[in-house]
Parts: sequence; structure tokens; C-alpha cells
Amino acid sequence: MAQKTVLRKPKGFIDVYKYKPGEEKDRTHYCPGCGHGIIHKLIAEALEDFDIVEKSIVISPVGCSVFAYYYFDTGNLQVAHGRAPAVGTAVSRANPDSVVISYQGDGDLAAIGGNNILQAANRGENMVVVFVNNAIYGMTGGQMAPTTLTGQKTTTTPYGRNPVTDGYPLQMCELISQLTAPVYVTRTSLHDMPGIRKARAAIRKGIQNAMDRKGFSFVEVLSMCPSGWKMEPVQAQDWIRDRMLERFPTGTFRDSSDEAVRIERPVPVMDPEKVKEILGYESLKTSNLKKNPNALFNKVALRVAGFGGQGIMSTGIALANVGMEYGYKVSWLPSYGPEMRGGTANCSVKVQEETIGAAECTEPNMVIAMNQPSLEKFERILVPDGVLMYNSTLIEVEPTRKDLRVYPIPVTGMADALGDTRVQSMVNVGAFAAITGMFDPGEISGLMSSLFGGKSEKVIQLNEEAVRKGYDYVRENFS
Amino acid sequence: MPRKLMKGNHAAVYGAALAGCQAYYGYPITPASEIAESAAAIFPKLGRTFLQAESEVAAINMVYGAAGCGLRVMTGSSGPGISLKQEGLSYCAGSALPCVVVDIMRGGPGLGNIGPEQGDYNQVVKGGGHGNFKNIVLAPNSAQEMCDLTMLAFELADKYRNPVFVLTDGVIGQMMEAVELPEPVSELPDKSDWAVGGTADSRHLINSIYLDHDDLEWWNMELAKKYETVEKNEVRFEEYKMEDAEIVAIGYGSASRVLRSAVDLARRKGVRLGMFRPITLFPFPKDQLAALPDRDLKGIITVEMSNGQLVNDVNLALRGRMISDLHMRMGGNVPSALEIVEKVSELYGV
Repeated sequence: MAQKTVLRKPKGFIDVYKYKPGEEKDRTHYCPGCGHGIIHKLIAEALEDFDIVEKSIVISPVGCSVFAYYYFDTGNLQVAHGRAPAVGTAVSRANPDSVVISYQGDGDLAAIGGNNILQAANRGENMVVVFVNNAIYGMTGGQMAPTTLTGQKTTTTPYGRNPVTDGYPLQMCELISQLTAPVYVTRTSLHDMPGIRKARAAIRKGIQNAMDRKGFSFVEVLSMCPSGWKMEPVQAQDWIRDRMLERFPTGTFRDSSDEAVRIERPVPVMDPEKVKEILGYESLKTSNLKKNPNALFNKVALRVAGFGGQGIMSTGIALANVGMEYGYKVSWLPSYGPEMRGGTANCSVKVQEETIGAAECTEPNMVIAMNQPSLEKFERILVPDGVLMYNSTLIEVEPTRKDLRVYPIPVTGMADALGDTRVQSMVNVGAFAAITGMFDPGEISGLMSSLFGGKSEKVIQLNEEAVRKGYDYVRENFS
Repeated sequence: MPRKLMKGNHAAVYGAALAGCQAYYGYPITPASEIAESAAAIFPKLGRTFLQAESEVAAINMVYGAAGCGLRVMTGSSGPGISLKQEGLSYCAGSALPCVVVDIMRGGPGLGNIGPEQGDYNQVVKGGGHGNFKNIVLAPNSAQEMCDLTMLAFELADKYRNPVFVLTDGVIGQMMEAVELPEPVSELPDKSDWAVGGTADSRHLINSIYLDHDDLEWWNMELAKKYETVEKNEVRFEEYKMEDAEIVAIGYGSASRVLRSAVDLARRKGVRLGMFRPITLFPFPKDQLAALPDRDLKGIITVEMSNGQLVNDVNLALRGRMISDLHMRMGGNVPSALEIVEKVSELYGV
């Protein structure tokens, strides 16, 4: 007895197209003779046969397949024009065990999204891209696509595509197969039954690769657009065979599926205790050092300035760090943007009891000038009776103002004598402590491991010594 | 509480990590690059995703993908990059996807420069992409707030299923301050009723297409209702020495830091200046500003680092009962406390 043939939709499709507006929820929105229906069916059958309908996520692009989500009984995201591979990247990484199918037409993939497809391919994202090439913009009414053939008439190439003005038809498989990461790059065609069978096999291989987390598979399908081409469906299949195949030969351009290594993605750490451990909360305990009530200042507005490489920024950061450990409010603002002109780098540091307003020290009460241009620039803006500390190793001129407390200190010389110019910033910190009385050098030493976290014991010792040298120099030479 | 000296840009990333942000997608741009750098350093250690996208456009679309899968996700950029992201933001808002975007404003228009400015106000606060949507916009003015408000941004994004901006300028992004690090969040909201997840029960649809005109109008009305609720519940602001103020200065971001100094300076000269600082730019603290003309004020001055973008919202809120004066600086220049006090004295004869 003959077996009864049951015709039914594959389970990859939604039974009743509930997302489709209007009455006709049992048929697609595609035109008669369009290739999308065939390609959708090849995908939906594979999803059923591989038993992955539930774990698959389909990305619907912009173009005729913008409504692909009407049909697939999977997770669905409809996305912006050309961005399916970017969205797919994040979807795949968010759900490494899912099967991401990025479905794109030629305008979406090769024109507006040209960079996104190349970059996702180059990263070897774990997804299968089904690229439907019908050499025309269907949805918008038949304009030129990046894959439109030379001489082909479209509504925006009414005289035929002219390579001199419009460029040549883009061959995406050829381009993508130049990249290192993709595991499978192939072109198939729907123009006859053997072609459709090959397209079926290619789509299945791409999906299998995504299931096995092997990386990026690219399946191009030459597909009919009778409406856009203004042809009968049968004529359209012939047109692929007679015209498109010449520019877009079918075949496999890359297949390293067998050698591909399974892509592993990290598991996010979300447990609060582990997060705190990884972020080093334990080492960020507050010292709460005792402030010196007899300090010269309880409110510092400091500018540190000099050439790049003189430890300008690190002097400021170290002072802000130490101030923080004494329980002061602190801020550090680097010069950047227009301020960087003129060869000097500088930063503003505020250390004070009360909440800090503006972080920039427009009227500093202390300046540390490490080179001559900085001395000239910032001496002017110091408040009367302000502290001017300058690097006497490099600055030979005397400050011009007479209403300042002046501390020439051979910072570069002392750092060089310690064998490392880079410790200039810690000489500055020591000198600052001595001049202002705000910080104790012994207590600064206690903070070294947090200031130089991760550095060797030798580096820490050297910097401790630099602080001490700066501090002692001030104590010995100015009293 | 653990405390760390860090840049505002770094603090935003700590805030994100503590809020349970699972993925960061971004593209480098000065003065926001430390956000991407910091995420690149921290996120992999936490098993979270960091990816340097090929473009700003790709980054926001990756955000769309991750948000559509129910992840807490963030991107960061500056003016030119935010302009590029606008289409994607419109898709996020249209698909009701929660996400957090940090904008560290720089000088514009065009390539402008990398100095601090506030010229992105309109493109961020007014929902610069196409269509009828709004971003929720938080405006931190310290490194601490960069951390705290980024955490809040994730909470609000999920609560309202809407993009939330952390909007500030180059000064706040680049400056270092002590940041007290809060406890990490211990539980993330359940999004299983709408997020796509690659399982039988998570076969949802993320979409912003409504072909039927009535359907799309309905959806826009729903969005409008949501924004109304946001306006009712989420207004945040700070006042400084407003109790006895005879003149009120209004500003946000680093301009508000200068205003705090200006208030203190003015008061040393006997001028009772007060500061009103919107912390949320959408929702804008309209009611609080609308009440200002009921006081006996000599004047209201808006101080912004943009071309009168903030003052427009201030004047809308004042409803013509008073008109705010404007002091604006641009091009990367930050006003000084002294120039603000001089301007106040010139305008109001004090």
C-alpha cells in the first residue's frame, strides 16, 4: 500500500503567522517567484531536522526580509539597516549556546552594512550569515544594489549600471574569503533544482557550524527577484543562470570547518562577594590618618607644571592620593585640550576640608614649577603670599614676584642622584610635605604599597627614599 | 567603605561593573576613551564581555543585541560618536530596550576639539534620533556621581525599559576624585517575559515596526505615557545655599562645580547667590524652576558651556513669569567663578 504523503510546514516556521498584520496569516508577504520563500524553507527544515528551533535566534534585516520574524518560530530580533552582524555579535556572545542566524539581503549586507559584515567575519563571530543576493533593492522598488550587474537597468541606473560612475558588482564571497577567521564561505544559486539542493546543503553546514560553535559561516544564495527584475518567475531563474553566474560563480571559497576549534565564552561573575574580591575592595581600606592642626594650609589649590615626562601628572595624583588618606576632599584635573599648547603639561590639585567646587585652580595658593616656561606662566596667577616651589636644577632665573614664599629645590638633580629621573614626582611629594606640614613622611611611606601597587619592593624603596630626600632638603635648607 | 582615587571615566565603569553590567561595546574617542580602556581592563576579569566595535554605529547596535537578550549593557562616547549612534538609540527606544550610554561631551560642532563643552545637550536630552522618543538623562558632576549615577542609570533603564544617558563633560570625565565604592548589586531584574534567550520560553520578538498607523500611534502614546511617569517619579536636583538666595544660578555638570565656587565667592562679597543644579536633564526639574518666580528674586542666570541649549528648558519651565539670563562659554573654555560673579554683579547691580 502506498504511503500517505503529508504536506506540512516544517516546525521551524510559526504555524499561524501571528506577527503578520492583516487577514492573510497563512501565507508569506513575498512576491510570487521570489527566492526568499525557498531560502526560508531550507532554514526552517534544517531547524526542525537538527532539533534546534528553540535555541535558534534569527536576525531580521532591513529589506524584503525585514519581516523574516513573521515566519521563524525562534527568538527574533528585527534590526537597523545593515547592522545584523553587529547585533548578531552581541546576541551570540550573550547566548553562546544559541544558534544565531543572521539573514541579510545585498543592499543591507554589502552596501550600508559593508563594514559590519567584514568585521564580524574578521572576528570569527559564532553565527551563520545567509546572504541573499538578487542584484537589486526589492523592498524600496528596484534600485541599484552593490551586486547589480554591469549594464543592468534599475530605477536608479535607468541607462544600465555603468562601472565608471557606479563601480563594479561587489563579490562578497571573494572578499570575505580573504579574511583569516571565517570557517566556511560558499556561494550557491536557486536557478535550478541541483542549485537548490546545494543551497540546502550549504545552509545546513553553516547552521551545523554555529551549533558546534565553530565560528563564522557565510552562505551566499543567488536568488530570484521577478518583481524587481520585471520578469516572469521562470525567466528570472534563467536570468540567474545566463547573467548572474558569470559574475557570481557558485562554489566553496573556504571550508576549514573540520579544523575549527570550538569557541569558548567566559561565564560572567555576578556574585557580589566575588566581584568585590576581583575589584580589590580589600586593598582599598581607608587609612584615616590624623590631620596636622598646625599645617601651613588646610586648603590647598595647587598647580603642578612642567614638560611632559617630568612626573607632572604623577606628582599631582600622588598628592591627591595622600590627601585622600588623611581624610581630605581631593580633586586632580589634568590640563588637556587647548591647555596643552605651548609645551607645558600641568594639573590642578585641590586638597581641603569642605566640598570642592571648581577643580581647576585659577587662583592657586601653591605652584610647583618644573621648568622655566611653567614658572613664568604660573607665577603670575599665584595668590599673594602663595608658595612657589620650583625645580632649581633646570630653572636658572629667579622668580620676579616678591610677595611669594619661594622654595628653589634641585628636584631633577636629586632624582638623578638616586639613579632614576622618574622619582622626581616623589621628591616633589616629600618637599610638599615639608613645606606645608600637611603630611608626615613616615606616614607617606606607609602608603607606598597602595601608591605603587604591583611594583617591586625595589621600586617602592627607591620612591620612599625620594620622598625622604625631598622632605629633608626642605627641612635642612629652609626653616 | 572602600575608597579609590579615580577619574570620572573610570568611576563610570566601576559603577557599571557594580550594577551588574554584563557587556560593554564601544569605540575610542577623546575625552571618553578611558571608559573603553577601563572596561577592557575590568570586564574580562569579571567574565563580562568587552568588545571594541568597528564603529560607533556597530557599538550601539551591539548594545541593541545585548539589551534584546536581557543583558545589562553599556557603551560610552563623546559628541561625534553620539551623533553616529542616534539611529541605533531610536531603535533601542522604539523596541523598549534598556541600555546605558555615557557621553563625555567635547567641543563642537564638527570635529571641534577635545576640550570640555556641553553642546550635546539637545541631541541627548531631546532624543536626537528619529521619531517620538526620549532618553532619560542623568548629569553627574563628580567622580563619585559618575559611579553612583551610572548604577542608577542601569536601574532606571530596566525600570522603564528605555535608554538612559549619563551625560557629562570632559572635565568630569578626566578629573580624579576619591570615590567610595558601593556594594555590588546582588540581584538583576527578571526579563524573561520579553528578552530573547535561545531557549523554548524566550522565543520573543524584539522589534520596532508597526505597519498599521493606528498601532504605531498607540505605541507612541504608550511611550508618551511612560515619559510622563518618568517625569512624575524621577526628577532629581541639588540646591546650594538657595534658602536665602536673592539671585539664582542654574547649571549642570562641571559648570555646576564652578557655580558652587561662585556662590561662595559671591557670598564673601555680600551677594546672596544660590545654585540650582538639575541632576536629571530629562526629566527636567520643571516644577522646582516654575516656583522660582514666587520668590523675591533679583534675577536668574543660567550658566552653560553651550549655545543656550539649557537656558531654553529653563525658560520653558519659568513660563514667561521671569526670563533667565544666560552666561555661556564654549570651545573648550570653562567659566571661572570670578567671571560668573562679575557677570552677576553687572547684570543685577549687586
